[in-house]
Amino acid sequence: MATPTPASAPPRPAPAGLIARALSGDVAWSFRHSWSARISALVLLILFAAAILAPWLANQNPYDIGELSLFDSELPPAWAEGGDARYWLGTDTLARDVYSSILYGLRLSLIVGFASVALAAVVGISLGLLGGFVGGIVDAAIMRFADVLLSFPTILVALLVNGIMRGALPPAQHQQAAIWVLILAIGLTNWVQYARTVRSSTMVERNKEYVQAARINGVSRAGIMVSHILPNVLGPVLVIATINLGMAVLTEATLSFLGVGMPATQPSLGTLIRIGNEYLFSGIWWVVIFPSVVLVALVLAVNLLGDWLRDALNPKLR
Amino acid sequence: MFGFLVRRIVQSVFVMLAVALIAFMMFRFMGDPVNSMVSENASVAEREEVRARLGLDQPLYVQYARFVTRAAQGDFGLSWRNARPVSTLLAERFPATAELVLVAAGLSLVLGIPLGILTALRPRALSTQTLQFISLVGISLPTFVTGILLILTFSVWLGWLPSFGRGTVVDVGWWSTGFLTTTGLKALILPSVMLCLFQLTLIMRLVRAEMMEVLRTDYIKFARARGLSDRAIHFHHALRNTLIPVITIFGLQLGGLIAFAIITETVFQWPGMGALFIQAVSFGDVPVMAAYLVLVSLIFVTINTIVDLLYVVLDPRLRVDGARGAH
Repeated sequence: MATPTPASAPPRPAPAGLIARALSGDVAWSFRHSWSARISALVLLILFAAAILAPWLANQNPYDIGELSLFDSELPPAWAEGGDARYWLGTDTLARDVYSSILYGLRLSLIVGFASVALAAVVGISLGLLGGFVGGIVDAAIMRFADVLLSFPTILVALLVNGIMRGALPPAQHQQAAIWVLILAIGLTNWVQYARTVRSSTMVERNKEYVQAARINGVSRAGIMVSHILPNVLGPVLVIATINLGMAVLTEATLSFLGVGMPATQPSLGTLIRIGNEYLFSGIWWVVIFPSVVLVALVLAVNLLGDWLRDALNPKLR
Repeated sequence: MFGFLVRRIVQSVFVMLAVALIAFMMFRFMGDPVNSMVSENASVAEREEVRARLGLDQPLYVQYARFVTRAAQGDFGLSWRNARPVSTLLAERFPATAELVLVAAGLSLVLGIPLGILTALRPRALSTQTLQFISLVGISLPTFVTGILLILTFSVWLGWLPSFGRGTVVDVGWWSTGFLTTTGLKALILPSVMLCLFQLTLIMRLVRAEMMEVLRTDYIKFARARGLSDRAIHFHHALRNTLIPVITIFGLQLGGLIAFAIITETVFQWPGMGALFIQAVSFGDVPVMAAYLVLVSLIFVTINTIVDLLYVVLDPRLRVDGARGAH
């Protein structure tokens, strides 16, 4: 209410403001002066590029059994004794090139990560907007449900959703459906944070003058929610989404590691670590170590970038 | 106090009923159990007969009420995978998980609180900065990667500790314990270290932050002005007020430990409830999943209630307010 809003010039929606701020140099300045943000951005850029360009960067297609030759199984990395120059990071027990599997696995991990973050954001924003705008019993029901969900550890909820969907699907379809099951399980577990944030900003926004003006002009409730309030509550969502990406990638890796995620025929980083873990005692350390390093680098970089973004977009902390 | 207790327990009962509803819905979700019980060419009449015998023809709320009554008596039916009573399966596995979680929780307190105090009292020392850095790395590593690194270092390369199983266990009544044999204790070390690591860093950081906050307050300055020894100030005056939030977080995280035990048990092939749950998830074994969910929720809710009550016991200010409210 305190912000004077001339009726002739409606307030600019947040995304436009965000871009303008970025261009005017505020966030860019903060980025240039944070070494952790720059290093994480560089690491992420390399990893994203590697994932997108996997078919061109890889030395072999790990899904194509025809390309594998069992004579080359269990080779150590190229620089170690007995290593083969064709397999930079060695091969696993099925003669799959570890380097190529990591590229393809990274790809799958990121696809699941991004898709589940998108799903969680859509569900969370919709429910938060609805609860904050409509209020009353709808709001109470959504928020109580969110509270109960939040009181359980994420991994447990994701496992349950995963298990329910596995039970509902015929076993023959488990492998093809694995990626969708994962996206749904992780997405439906992580929406609470979005809903809470969007709800609280919606409750502030709905009493502002521009909403009243829209209401007087006869805009429908749905119209006000989507085209007037939504753009103004999206700001913090970006930060949550960034931090959530790290969580989602980690949850995917954990589920795959536990054997209820991506199947061994289509391995993500977590699956690769699980496969490597089974051969730990044969001294084949490279199959487990390299995917782990990539996973940790990815999660760490996303988290550091998320932390930086949170501080940079929050003027109160500066 | 009594009113608070009653309110808290009623609230817990409602949460448990909601969890039971989810568990009940899981059974409904998973297709028609009659299909798996009768032969493929059974007539409609035969199907209806089985349906009536199982009570599936009754209204949903009657079925739900029956489910809750049975669950309260610990009866979750037979596991779909190996046709044994779910309650027996869980009871066999419970001691393994309980011992693992208790040791991990104990470790995180015994190490986390002193380390937190140490780093709060010497904020600029090299040891503090090293510990802070290690804890940051520890938090960032996925737990299963930590476990694998532990196995690789201490089992594969050094060969000091076993990497799977519980060692030799001794049966005390129905409880099988690993505390009484050397191999049992040795087998506990790596899993409990892996499980407690996240908790440990959390408690260390929390104690450090709270302690630094408390050390800045007026009553600590006053205690210094009275000429009390550092030892008395730090441990008698400051630490007491630091520990209240630690108890809350510790209680809440105890539930987290039970959930994360699923991962630890998989890495170390620990024969606990978490490993059982993972098998149930991968086979879609609903009775085991439902029973695990209800049991773990019961533990969560109980811990949360106890933590809330402890709060009132430990913080005299809350007691005074409660008494005033009662008048």
